[in-house]
Amino acid sequence: MLLLTIDWSFIIEKLILISVILGASLGVATYATWGERKVAAWMQDRKGPSRAGPFGLLQPIADGIKLFFKEEIIPTDANRFLFILGPSLAMLTACMASAVVPWGPSIELESGRVIALQVADINIGILYVFGVVSVGVYGIMLGGWASNNKYSLMGSVRAASQAISYELAMGISLIALLMMTGTLSLAEIVNQQHGFWENGWFTWNVAKQPLGFIIFLVCAFAELNRAPFDLPEAESELVAGYHTEYSSMKLGFYLFAEYVNLFISSAILITLFFGGYNFPFMDQVAGSVSPIVFSAICVLVLMTKTIMMILFFMFIRWTIPRFRYDQLMNLGWKSLIPLALVNMLITGAIIIWVLN
Amino acid sequence: MQELTNKRVAVDRKPMTFMERLYIPTIIKGLFITVGHIFKKPATISYPEQQRPFSPVFRGLHILNRDEQGREKCTACGLCALSCPAEAITMEAAERVKGEEHLYKEEKYAAKYEINMLRCIFCGLCEEACPKDAIYLSETVAQANYSRKSFIYNKEDLLIPNPNETH
Amino acid sequence: MNPHQLVFWILSVIAIGGALGVILSRNPVASVLFLIVTFFAVSGHYILLNAQFLAIVNIIVYAGAIMVLFLYVIMLMNLNGDVEPQKSKLLQFAGIISGGILFLVLLAAFKTTQLNTTPINASTSIGLISELGQVLFTRFVFPFEISSILFLSAMVGAVVIGKKD
Repeated sequence: MLLLTIDWSFIIEKLILISVILGASLGVATYATWGERKVAAWMQDRKGPSRAGPFGLLQPIADGIKLFFKEEIIPTDANRFLFILGPSLAMLTACMASAVVPWGPSIELESGRVIALQVADINIGILYVFGVVSVGVYGIMLGGWASNNKYSLMGSVRAASQAISYELAMGISLIALLMMTGTLSLAEIVNQQHGFWENGWFTWNVAKQPLGFIIFLVCAFAELNRAPFDLPEAESELVAGYHTEYSSMKLGFYLFAEYVNLFISSAILITLFFGGYNFPFMDQVAGSVSPIVFSAICVLVLMTKTIMMILFFMFIRWTIPRFRYDQLMNLGWKSLIPLALVNMLITGAIIIWVLN
Repeated sequence: MQELTNKRVAVDRKPMTFMERLYIPTIIKGLFITVGHIFKKPATISYPEQQRPFSPVFRGLHILNRDEQGREKCTACGLCALSCPAEAITMEAAERVKGEEHLYKEEKYAAKYEINMLRCIFCGLCEEACPKDAIYLSETVAQANYSRKSFIYNKEDLLIPNPNETH
Repeated sequence: MNPHQLVFWILSVIAIGGALGVILSRNPVASVLFLIVTFFAVSGHYILLNAQFLAIVNIIVYAGAIMVLFLYVIMLMNLNGDVEPQKSKLLQFAGIISGGILFLVLLAAFKTTQLNTTPINASTSIGLISELGQVLFTRFVFPFEISSILFLSAMVGAVVIGKKD
């Protein structure tokens, strides 16, 4: 009786979608490690990984195999349960955020069934992402504390305070955007950015909220613990930060979760500010091809934009030196939060007095 | 005092202007530099397959020379050991006996000839000092190894192969 | 038993188990972690009531921010199970008495309450963000603004305390 009330075909459809998205994000994250090393090498006039396979394309697989076969060390005085929970949580939260990203427009089959290329279109989509991100810091905190090592502890303390500080500015900068869109659902936000040019102005949100975008971007760097804000793992000060004591695949999980996070947050940045899967002249394209092909094109467009965003993150990482900790906190609390508040006020004023 | 170069710049301790405190223009400037480097030719070469040409004055591992008939040129005079500033060369002389004329060019030869490559500074003074043109510095570098002992190269390691011997 | 009820019971067991874990575990870090589990279960209950906004805000604010700060402080002070101060017998006795009195009061209150048996309609959209915003800024605008002033005063107080003089 209980089993009959469940729509099994719906569950199977979602399961397939989830596995495809998880597979894709893990694949992209794998090759993001390769891309990072290549970009770093090119920027420093080097060649980067080039031995494993053509252009070193098998390098990430070799790295993964190496990490799997490394000896696993758990420090004697470490809290075993939390020590294992840390990287698992990091990986879990990294993968969870992908659930609300709309990867493409819905496909309508001939049978009338509509397949959404989004795992869950919940009406609090962007808040869900915030929730997952704010829980994500536990992975780092617990791992660092459970290692029973002062460098790890310092790393996790830094990660926690950094995450909390920048979450505020991130949230406030997003409020301005949400006041313009009037919805929290990511699918709805993407639909509003349809095409590229309408009524004499760009439809993409980056043209409507340039300041909000810059604040959001800076906060995304801080939330991802990426350079120039990679203080939790500042190797010149903290050995390796929160993963000093980690080895084998648990270390791999931490490093990998970072790249999954990079991919997902790039996708969310694109969805929020760069029109998601929308592209110029999409209506003309939609008219001339079948719906499934059109959806595939849209997914490809989103992936291309996301990969460009990831490349931008990498360019920044290999361009700017690391911030000092007080500089980081000053930037967050004294610059970004007031700026975000001003941006919110200006947006509100414009909405009330100009757009109405 | 006269300056040696004109590169001295006084440290600027003025507070940053508003544009400088924005960071973003400087970041974009930096991005142009780093992204520009992506399109430059990498300075790295894939070493074992590709090798850089040695410069004409390069001084690498030593070789002991033979003459056209494949006889060792070295007479164990000791001038190379004497000239060596790092004292890396040791040798023991021996007299040539009858029937060894096809092996050694002169009446005296080096029975033992060792160069400690860990001491050698590859200055090339031994090459300069040799009156018989017996020792030369080649265009190879010493191979890495696991033990110190393996860096003491003896005569068999240093001698060039005999052109008359067929293997 | 429909799926709704099944999920409800599972969440309730997790929530109560987590809450018991908070007060029974001797390691403060474990307590904090149990509290986070409880928050997640409570958020699950909110979702069952279709109050998605409340659920996610509960996670962001309580599990994501406040508990991180709790954990932060506990980690920095290095509180472990064995450094927990032992309360004197007198204090324990006073605790039992006051707890028992509170229990009696609660029991009496429960006995006199009329059980409202009309089930809450889960399909209502009162928990969604637009309806919640409407209610907050029309019917409850005064208490809402008062509470924001309360938060503002707390922030000012924190700045004053934290300022170097």
